[in-house]
Amino acid sequence: MKDHKDHPNPHPGRQPDKELSPQAMRLKAMIAVLIEKGVLTREQLDQEIEKFQGQPQNDGAKAVAHAWVDPDFKKRLLANPKRALSEIGLAPKPIISNDPENEHEAQLTVVENTDNLHHVTVCTLCSCYPQQLLGRPPDWYKSLVYRSRIVRDPRGVLDEFGLHIGKDVRIQLLDSTADLRFLVLPQRPKGTEKMSEEELAKLVTRDSMIGTGQPRTP
Amino acid sequence: MQKPLARNRFEPGDWVRVQKREPPPHCRTPSYTQGRIGQVAAFYGIFHDPEGMPANYDRPKQPLYRIKFEQTALWSDYTGALGDSVGVDIFEHWLEPAAAPAPRSTK
Repeated sequence: MKDHKDHPNPHPGRQPDKELSPQAMRLKAMIAVLIEKGVLTREQLDQEIEKFQGQPQNDGAKAVAHAWVDPDFKKRLLANPKRALSEIGLAPKPIISNDPENEHEAQLTVVENTDNLHHVTVCTLCSCYPQQLLGRPPDWYKSLVYRSRIVRDPRGVLDEFGLHIGKDVRIQLLDSTADLRFLVLPQRPKGTEKMSEEELAKLVTRDSMIGTGQPRTP
Repeated sequence: MQKPLARNRFEPGDWVRVQKREPPPHCRTPSYTQGRIGQVAAFYGIFHDPEGMPANYDRPKQPLYRIKFEQTALWSDYTGALGDSVGVDIFEHWLEPAAAPAPRSTK
């Protein structure tokens, strides 16, 4: 196939704008208008994108592993996640601050899985997620299929994730429709008694903190 | 900015019905909860009412709760385990008091 660089007249269908979906075109137009009207600058936009992309993925795993080895920390993490995280050097930045007059940030809530209660998180409205600890949500978390089916048939969807939850375990779904973001504290896998905190953190998967998976086993 | 409501109307354990609004406004209250009865699981505090967001929050702040719905109260054909539930965060102006539902017989 001929290289486009050498092509005198690029195929109309190959031109960048033509490849954009209607949503992407709308977004592009919206950004252009916001910049033109002085609501935001290109630099601010780039900074925000960088902030999202630069977010650590493993802070959640560090917090979970620390909770597994320190029961008192676990209690504090469940009671006041923000304060507990700052104890271990994790001071997640606010997710939302769209009201400069009033501090308005989404609050992190940590929910604990037990032998008879399994938590799963979803945002049926969009893609709300504890980004400060887990980074950007995966595409499937944002998909309409996950968002609509997980509330309707959690056990069926979890089975598709390869996670079978027995009927002796209740499933509590948490739908983040407002100002709270939920992080699932999974159960520590058996056979990990001798592992160090650093080793344990490697077992904690993102999906285990969403509730669609379990931590790895050693 | 209007003053926030002084206090919360509901306490954990209270039964509430989520209002059903037609036509549905642009809101954070998922349609699958509208008209359904659930139980207050937590009172989180007083938060901005997101429905006022497009107009710079020119609405009073609202108490925010986690409402716990039994799956069987949301979907009549739910086939998972009894006790499976969904927790949804709902602002107070969507909630009204409700009577506790009759206990379900276990199959």
